[in-house]
Amino acid sequence: MRKITYREALREALREEMRRDPSVFLLGEDIGRYWGGAFKVTDGLAEEFGDERVRDTPISENAIIGVAVGAAITGMRPVAEIMFGDLAALAMDQIANQAAKIRYMFGGQAKAPLVVRTPFGAGVNIASHHSQSLEAWFMHVPGLHVAVPSTPYDAKGLLKAAIRGNNPVVFCEHKLLYPVEGEVPEGEYTIPFGVADVKREGEDVTVVATLYMVHKALKAAEKMADEGISVEVVDPRTLAPLDKKTIIGSVKKTGRLVVVSEDCKTAGVTAEIAAIAAEEAIDYLDAPIKRVAEPDTPIPFSPPLEQYVIPDEKAIIKAIKEVL
Amino acid sequence: MHTADLPKEKLVEMYRLMLKIRLFEEKVFELYAQNLVPGTIHLYTGQEAVAVGVCSTLRKDDYITSTHRGHGHCIAKGADIKRVMAEILGKKTGYCKGKGGSMHIADFSIGMLGATAVVGAGIPIAVGAGLSVRLRKTDQVVACFFGDGASNQGTFHESINMAAVWRLPVIFVCENNLYAMGTRQSVVMAIENISDRAAAYGIPGVTVDGNDVLAVYEATFAAVERARKGGGPTLIECKTYRHRGHSRVDPAKYRPKEEVAAWLARDPVKRLKEKLLQSNVVAENMLEQIEKMVSAEIEEALKYALESPYPAPEEALEDVYV
Ligand SMILES: Cc1ncc(C[n+]2csc(CCOP(=O)(O)OP(=O)(O)O)c2C)c(N)n1
Ligand SMILES: [Mg+2]
Repeated sequence: MRKITYREALREALREEMRRDPSVFLLGEDIGRYWGGAFKVTDGLAEEFGDERVRDTPISENAIIGVAVGAAITGMRPVAEIMFGDLAALAMDQIANQAAKIRYMFGGQAKAPLVVRTPFGAGVNIASHHSQSLEAWFMHVPGLHVAVPSTPYDAKGLLKAAIRGNNPVVFCEHKLLYPVEGEVPEGEYTIPFGVADVKREGEDVTVVATLYMVHKALKAAEKMADEGISVEVVDPRTLAPLDKKTIIGSVKKTGRLVVVSEDCKTAGVTAEIAAIAAEEAIDYLDAPIKRVAEPDTPIPFSPPLEQYVIPDEKAIIKAIKEVL
Repeated sequence: MHTADLPKEKLVEMYRLMLKIRLFEEKVFELYAQNLVPGTIHLYTGQEAVAVGVCSTLRKDDYITSTHRGHGHCIAKGADIKRVMAEILGKKTGYCKGKGGSMHIADFSIGMLGATAVVGAGIPIAVGAGLSVRLRKTDQVVACFFGDGASNQGTFHESINMAAVWRLPVIFVCENNLYAMGTRQSVVMAIENISDRAAAYGIPGVTVDGNDVLAVYEATFAAVERARKGGGPTLIECKTYRHRGHSRVDPAKYRPKEEVAAWLARDPVKRLKEKLLQSNVVAENMLEQIEKMVSAEIEEALKYALESPYPAPEEALEDVYV
């Protein structure tokens, strides 16, 4: 099968959906012909679809999402880009209070089919305002869907499903994934929300991981295999809805659970998944659940500091050994 | 004050500071090319007259807030370039112990309240500092630096309105370098002069040649004087231009060649130098002397930064709380 990058997979999804449906349009800062997106995801799309449908906006995050909400409730399907996930903080009212609630609060009269694409993640030394992983903020808001694709294949299929779906989606990307290559078929496909993917089957321990951490978990699993330990790596792919069934099923099979995420440990992605396992599969667990996450600090700039706070393969291996 | 009345020493000092920023930034650029700078950089090259013109009107105990393009603001306010350089290289001896880096330098001891990389986020913080000045009953002022792009954030409008109605001692300094990343002002604003927005909030707004340090100085001097006396805020738009791309990776192909050439011809450092020489304020050999001294200072800063240790990894856990 052909291989393309995560970045190209996202661009392909946008291009195909824009060709298929004239109500799909893009808006965001520097996404148009002059820059093509800070991470070049939208590169070339303004040339194909024009500046009306690939719209460069002022630096006004809250209004960008508000405008997307307004367009979405009146028949359009906007895909907004927030240049860095940290900056979604500026748009939090429109995301969490408006987009997420507009259907419920108005008694089901409206729908807001919009997608907010934004990159999270540390690892490139750009410090506390450009490196966070804030997926859990959005998981906490009823009314939002949250996607966390880890591969080009998942990125394309989930983004197409997000655009076609009728709920507001926060589509979390990871900056280190953009250049990562993976197999993506030529043909049309979508991936439904709420369906996890077992990225590696195993018997001895379940590792649930998201985004860039999936790749670190797979490397850790490879190393553990050399030591004769069989690790199952489960990638939820969407955090809301969350495929509890697959996660719990895997835990029931292995009896051991390690949850890995790049966000802060307290009240984070790992906390939610661990709590679900404790609630629904405690009788199957042969060891306490272990979490591998960022140690509740902002992301520092200097390389040795930053490397210290980002969960790595070693930490995952250590956690696996602790539950065995 | 009219700049014609400025003492010779003040003019020479402004030249020295502008040159210091210029040469410092060129050094950072060089280091970047050698892979010695982690992360990204946003150089101030070309905009030196703004930081220096503004900060030359301020006292040490006055405040400034800064942006992702902040090295020049730090240096103009009087920061120690050894510690600025060390921070940019991620060293323990840097202003922020390596936690902040190029986009986040602060020196609270000289009223430099920090650079935020969230575009527009420094504007209300400057207003808060202005409110604090009022509540503490001092006569300090606050200069708030931000870009043309930042002036489209809600924070710009909300903050100026607040400062206006409370008559706070804040000088809003918009560095209009015509672009926010690759986005030309005309793509995102229906006005030409950002200072026009001042009228909407009932405060004075002026546009000045941001590549003429004396023009910036004069406008800021008047604003500072008014602010200190309780006359409230001013919006000063400085039209300027960055000589390089937005950040390290940007070749800035979206800027027409003729436009770049026209602005390079109006280089603020060169212009001040010519002015000083033409008006016989200083002799050429004195300027050469200054350049030598500034270069030596920068080499010393670099040596200091290179020889400084990195922070220990566990220091990542410190300073989360008091
Ligand atoms: C709130 C926010 N949105 C977007 C960005 C990404 N970004 C960083 S600098 C920049 C352009 C800023 O333009 P301007 O305010 O004109 O300052 P300049 O870079 O020209 O000095 C953008 C969009 C950011 N850091 N913060
Ligand atoms: Mg600008």
